[in-house]
Amino acid sequence: MTSSPPRRSPAIAFTLAIVLLMIFCLAPVLWQLITSIKVNADIETIPNIYWPSRQTLSHYAELFVRRPFFNYLFNSGFVAIASTVLCLAIGTPAAYSLARQPIPGRSLILGLILIVTLFPYILLFLGLLELARAFGLGNNYLALIVPYTAINLPLTILVMRSFFQQLPRDLEDAAQMDGYSTGQMLLNILLPLTLPALVTTGILTFIFSWNEFLFAFTFMTEESLKTIPVATAQLSGASQFETPYGPLAAATVVGTIPLVMLVLFFQRKIVQGLTAGAVKG
Amino acid sequence: MPPSPSRSRTWPTVFLFLAPAIALLLLIYGYPIARSLGLSLMTQNLGTQLEPQFSGLGNYGRMVGDGRFWHTLGNTAVFTIAAVTIELVLGLAIALLLHRKFWGRGLVRTIAILPWALPTAVMAVGWAWIFNDQYGVVNDLLQRLHLISGPINWLGDPALAMVSLIVADVWKTTPFVSVLLLAGLQSIPDDLYEAHAIDGATPWQSFWAITLPLLMPQLAIAVLFRFAQSFGVFDLVQVMTGGGPAGSTETVSLYIYATVMRYLDFGYGAALTVVTFLLLVATVAIAIALLGRRGLRQL
Repeated sequence: MTSSPPRRSPAIAFTLAIVLLMIFCLAPVLWQLITSIKVNADIETIPNIYWPSRQTLSHYAELFVRRPFFNYLFNSGFVAIASTVLCLAIGTPAAYSLARQPIPGRSLILGLILIVTLFPYILLFLGLLELARAFGLGNNYLALIVPYTAINLPLTILVMRSFFQQLPRDLEDAAQMDGYSTGQMLLNILLPLTLPALVTTGILTFIFSWNEFLFAFTFMTEESLKTIPVATAQLSGASQFETPYGPLAAATVVGTIPLVMLVLFFQRKIVQGLTAGAVKG
Repeated sequence: MPPSPSRSRTWPTVFLFLAPAIALLLLIYGYPIARSLGLSLMTQNLGTQLEPQFSGLGNYGRMVGDGRFWHTLGNTAVFTIAAVTIELVLGLAIALLLHRKFWGRGLVRTIAILPWALPTAVMAVGWAWIFNDQYGVVNDLLQRLHLISGPINWLGDPALAMVSLIVADVWKTTPFVSVLLLAGLQSIPDDLYEAHAIDGATPWQSFWAITLPLLMPQLAIAVLFRFAQSFGVFDLVQVMTGGGPAGSTETVSLYIYATVMRYLDFGYGAALTVVTFLLLVATVAIAIALLGRRGLRQL
């Protein structure tokens, strides 16, 4: 142990690394926030102004008064919540079944479920476009809710299954002795116990559904049905030569705030779900 | 306990529990893949007045001579390899950092996953603003540091546009990698390190002898997920550069999208989808084979 370095310098290097990490993660978001409260003249100034002396909320007003951003928020929220509820309702019984019941070809089903979590959405794009047309679902919330539910099913099933496997079997045996059917037992006895797991997977589903772009971009062309990511990406000025930097930055802030909140409140659950879904496949 | 009465009751419940999920997965995953396979053997475009006509492997033959396809495949490969490599190294460094005990660790860990949770398309708008040629903050900072003499047109230059995309992707998805790797680090028992240290090993030696080998399953999973997702990247590129300038950042997924939505060439779009699918499956299969059965069981 000859090369034991003095204790102070690693501590400083460590602190510096943490500070750099915080800047790396936050700076891009904070820059949008700063831009969004600048007046137009300050936005278009070189060198950049980092602490604007004049602040304005006019860019936010533009989004909510002149443009239907409440509407976009509602669309995103409605689609994400509906998909989350459906996904949990369909995925939880399936997860229980795959955890406890004698299923022929269970490992094949699980293997396929694990593999489809790797599929990028573009692989489904052409087929889903045709399905949406065939069912006449263009500009219909269902054109998003159905695929979002399905796309989040694999993760929900994998995470919920690993939670069910951790539950003691005695509970189920006792419930069966008491004459509960499997459905009643799941609903009345196991569900309350798996509430934390439901919250975990529910949050992940909500995040994925809120953030999805490709299908929302293609299936929702009507202005009043657009979701926040699409509306933000398509925000344009009065002419093609004018880019509305202020409103764009404000829209970025509006679109990210709900997720910032989710992360602040549910950091542990998000980490738990991600690692359970990806590692315990 | 006699299992016989419950057994006869189980079958309907198994069906009831599992069938909706399987049906939905078949509809949303199975049908599109199967449909693309079938349609890829047809010509269905404006030339055939959007009526499907059987053309065998014609679409695949056309792909061989399609310079734009190879170009987009190259772009996708560059983007994927660069982004995933950087994310892995940086993600591991961050995971090691967050694994240590320090004051305020909970808050730091929370902030460290924030970029992952934010909508890619929305933050792509943000990154386009950060790399803006006139008022962008990247140009401003580099000029203040005297690293560049004048503003750079990041998104207007073929090579730099790709660099910008990679930076934005690294920012967005490194947190995902570090979350996975941190979970792996937490599963390595401390006494392994203690025993190794008693034997006179430095932390650097322990990292190579203990940390890295035991972290292999999580590293493999992270590579698998990140590879698949960046190979099919759409929203980031579509919003930040639109595939430009002059197609220099167009990825396979953007090409598929344009083939279907702009050129209404469904047969060819299907063939492109199938090839992308096969490339992905082949790479994943090779990765799993390399990992071996034992490694897989650990996952």
